[in-house]
Amino acid sequence: MKVKQISVFVENKSGRLCEVTKALSKQSINIRALCIADTSDFGILRLIVNDPAKAVRVLKEEGFTVATTDIVAAEVPDIPGGLAGVLEILGGRGINIEYMYAFVGKEKDNAVVVLKMEEIEEAIAVLQEAKVKLLRESELYKF
Amino acid sequence: MIWNLEYESMSRPRLEELQLKRLKKTINRVYERVPFYRDKMTAAGVKPDDIRGLDDLKYLPFTTKQDLRDNYPFGLFAVPMDEVVRIHASSGTTGKMTVVGYTRNDLKVWAQVMARTFAAAGGTSYDRIQVAYGYGLFTGGLGAHYGAEMLGATVVPISGGNTKRQLQIMRDFKVTMLACTPSYALYMAETAEEEGIDLHEFPLKAGVFGAEPWSEQMRAQIEAKMGIKAIDIYGLSEVIGPGVASECLEQNGLHINEDHFIIEVIDPETGERLPDGEKGELVFTSLTKEAFPIVRYRTRDISLLYSEACACGRTLKRMNRILGRTDDMLIIRGVNVFPTQIENVLLEIGEVEPQYLLVVDRKGNLDELEIWVEISEKLFSDEVRKLEDLEHRIKNEIISTLGISARIKLVEPKTIPRSEGKAKRVVDKRDLYSS
Repeated sequence: MKVKQISVFVENKSGRLCEVTKALSKQSINIRALCIADTSDFGILRLIVNDPAKAVRVLKEEGFTVATTDIVAAEVPDIPGGLAGVLEILGGRGINIEYMYAFVGKEKDNAVVVLKMEEIEEAIAVLQEAKVKLLRESELYKF
Repeated sequence: MIWNLEYESMSRPRLEELQLKRLKKTINRVYERVPFYRDKMTAAGVKPDDIRGLDDLKYLPFTTKQDLRDNYPFGLFAVPMDEVVRIHASSGTTGKMTVVGYTRNDLKVWAQVMARTFAAAGGTSYDRIQVAYGYGLFTGGLGAHYGAEMLGATVVPISGGNTKRQLQIMRDFKVTMLACTPSYALYMAETAEEEGIDLHEFPLKAGVFGAEPWSEQMRAQIEAKMGIKAIDIYGLSEVIGPGVASECLEQNGLHINEDHFIIEVIDPETGERLPDGEKGELVFTSLTKEAFPIVRYRTRDISLLYSEACACGRTLKRMNRILGRTDDMLIIRGVNVFPTQIENVLLEIGEVEPQYLLVVDRKGNLDELEIWVEISEKLFSDEVRKLEDLEHRIKNEIISTLGISARIKLVEPKTIPRSEGKAKRVVDKRDLYSS
């Protein structure tokens, strides 16, 4: 139930984000979700794309430093308290979240929350036990 | 293999006797033939006859790069131009070029000392040597070329640049030795990695690397990436070019070709001679050169000497690898900083590729050092916290080893300009030398 996220090192210079997205679009890679963590000098762009392996290759060819990370994508009801429910389950078991971000799908009434955790295997077991729907790669890319 | 067994393993007393004889001849030669040296010696109150022992060398005035520039182009030549068969020059990054000349015999000596260098790196007539130093006015290319030919090896005179072609030729011609700058060797290894070429499958066994200072860690990297022995060599055009000193396969100090050059180590501030084992500026005097003899040339290179015997059998004194230069030494908030020290810190921090740039600026009255470090895949993380930790680790390590605080800036790969020759490591924006 682990899915792949790619991360790209980008300096805080105008046009760098555009370079990343242009490189991906040229190869018809679609971005499903993204988030940026930034400092004063650089940012880390995290992306969920429809073809992570190809995206890594394309970005490396463009000279970017890229990493692939395992994350968990959980489907949560798009209603007040939907996210809190999931976080409570993890918090209750002492699982620490490194970072997270969320997006809402095109058709369904549910949202997807992307979670990065050190203890990913344990988190998956706990969430599945609590009947939280975790998305497979194929489902996530279509979501 | 020892190329000139007699000279390279001479007993100390015999060597010193030879040096003294040659020194006297050189001093007489410059006094008679080069007005610059005669005037300087006269001003210092020294005559050629005052040189009775090797130690008397210390009474002679130093020669500096500025002296060479002031006598541009041929003012320091000691033979008529019809005896000069070759000219070399070093690029003038600050001002005029420095120009040197060679007689036919000088070229023979030069080829001899470079043949010694290749032999010390394990070379024989069975080797194929790719000379990727630049050919031209720079001494690297032609110096290595004629030395390799003297050795009887098969020379591939490819010169610098066009890295992919270098790799193709290296593979197709089954090259066994490479001669170039260490930064270019590393660049070649990186290019090979990018191209998916495994250099370990090549018959390449050794590299003869010089013309710029490099660190022990950089050597380890080159050796690992290329699967070779990386040999440090030393030379400068003002003395002869490459071939002044070279490591043997022991890789523990560079044997100086003392039958052709006398080395001294001095305190760069006072000019006083320092004993073996103490760090200072290297000063060279040529003993056999005809066209461009040089007396007590201040190299601005910093190193130290060892006189203990070497396991290879050579009796020639050894110098340590170059530890820095008196003129790329940065003084930041009163602290002397050599770029190589920072390089060592970065390498020790954890497989950081040595791609870095020091940017020194002055804000108000305070010097600021910013260190740009290219982020490699090994260091990159998707978590900000880990990258910030990395910055802190580098910062703390710099403080503990150098005693200065620096701002660390992680930058994208290939941000730092990479030349195919000498790597640029410092940008000093302080403009310290303008009035």
